Amino acid sequence: MYVSVKGGEQAIANAHAWLAERRRGDAEQPEITAAQIAEQLGLAVDRVMAEGACLDRDLAALALKQARGDGTEAAFLLRAYRNTLPRFGYTAPLDTGAMQVQRRVSATYKDLPGGQVLGPSFDYTHRLLDVALAGQNGEPPPAPLAEAGVEPMPRVTGMLAQEGLMARDTASDAEPPDLTREGLRFPANRALALQAMARGDEGFLLALGYSTQRGYGNSHPFVGEIRMGAVPVEFTPPELGFAIDIGDVVVTECQMVNQFAGNAETPPQFTRGYGLVPGQNERKAMAMSLVDRALRAKELGEELTAPAQDAEFVLYHCDNVESTGFVEHLKLPHYVDFQSELEKLRGIRARWAADRGETP
Amino acid sequence: MSILARASADALREHLADAPPLPAHTRLKGPDTGLVMLRGRAGGDGTPFNLMEATATRCTVSMGQAMGHATVLGRDAAQAELAAAIDAALQLPDLRAPLLAAVIEPLAAAQDAARAETARKAEATRVNFFTMVAMR
Repeated sequence: MYVSVKGGEQAIANAHAWLAERRRGDAEQPEITAAQIAEQLGLAVDRVMAEGACLDRDLAALALKQARGDGTEAAFLLRAYRNTLPRFGYTAPLDTGAMQVQRRVSATYKDLPGGQVLGPSFDYTHRLLDVALAGQNGEPPPAPLAEAGVEPMPRVTGMLAQEGLMARDTASDAEPPDLTREGLRFPANRALALQAMARGDEGFLLALGYSTQRGYGNSHPFVGEIRMGAVPVEFTPPELGFAIDIGDVVVTECQMVNQFAGNAETPPQFTRGYGLVPGQNERKAMAMSLVDRALRAKELGEELTAPAQDAEFVLYHCDNVESTGFVEHLKLPHYVDFQSELEKLRGIRARWAADRGETP
Repeated sequence: MSILARASADALREHLADAPPLPAHTRLKGPDTGLVMLRGRAGGDGTPFNLMEATATRCTVSMGQAMGHATVLGRDAAQAELAAAIDAALQLPDLRAPLLAAVIEPLAAAQDAARAETARKAEATRVNFFTMVAMR
């Protein structure tokens, strides 16, 4: 039986008015604009785009403002907006080899072709709070420039593959499954897992990736390569029938290199885990690549012992919009459900007391 | 098209001011905003997978005998419509050369300069390793 409960409209309206006032904060302070968020809180915007599974910096910045800085709420807003738009089609796969690289580091080769470029990174900062940033402290000095060469930056994994030491990812042009059209089905292939993780919660993937390093799943990873920068997007509009370049997206890619013992058919070699996320977010790209490799355990004939190797566990729980929906729905009225639980418990307790000859 | 896709509506208008006026165009479709699903490849070079969506705006116009089309990332309807109109006008023999000179070439130069600046900033953060060898 479903019993609808009415009422509370005024309370809801007033709560929303108070929310709007809290969002604005102290009126003595200037109001922040979405453009300021997009420019100055760019990494928060990147995370909202990733978990909202919709690349649009201005919308993600607006969502962050509306959500008072709550990243998961902002991702939820972006997902909801995305649902109102038609789908024009699928782009060609991004060619990260053609990236205009802003950052590229490798932990496996010191002198790799194309070299190591740090880019705008927190690495090697001292993690001391800079009190000067608390107020408005003017323009920083411009970043230094150096004459750039044209040395190409091949992917490290390609270099290992040439030696036969790295398992190649089979390049097929099979139509990949689409989570937004069919939902999760198991067994999930790698393409579906990568799509689910790309929109997955950074914290969840970080914890799972960390668990693989601590012994939950046998992994001994090296960062083959991390690269970040703008990649052109190629799309074939049905109106034209040929591919055009429709602009750039900034992405972060991580190639994680892992040992593999080999088996009857395959000699010992390295295998790889892959992470690709929008914007500048190498923590998530790295975590994703660790979990991607862990999820390949079954395909590689490894023993399944750890949570990160369990595709259903990982993929069903990595989406924070879904997770928060089900967790937070618990606060909605469950009066009738709870009433029935109460009745049942009273009955059980009465029988329990009667069995002991007590009067309830 | 790659140049128009990376130019804001304001930048397009600014450069169009230096070109002969565009003939009137008729909107055949759009401008309307939707989504394109971006794809990646596992390992960068393996099996394709769906990464996530990005907003995009498209517009198709006619200009005399010419048809123009633009699809651009983002939600700027004015940019998509101007890009489609310029795409059509570039097919008109009288307009092609002046449009290339006033709009496409300067935009391409500005975009190249921006890319070169990014490359120079990245270059300044290149690590030059040196190895210290202790010899006694």
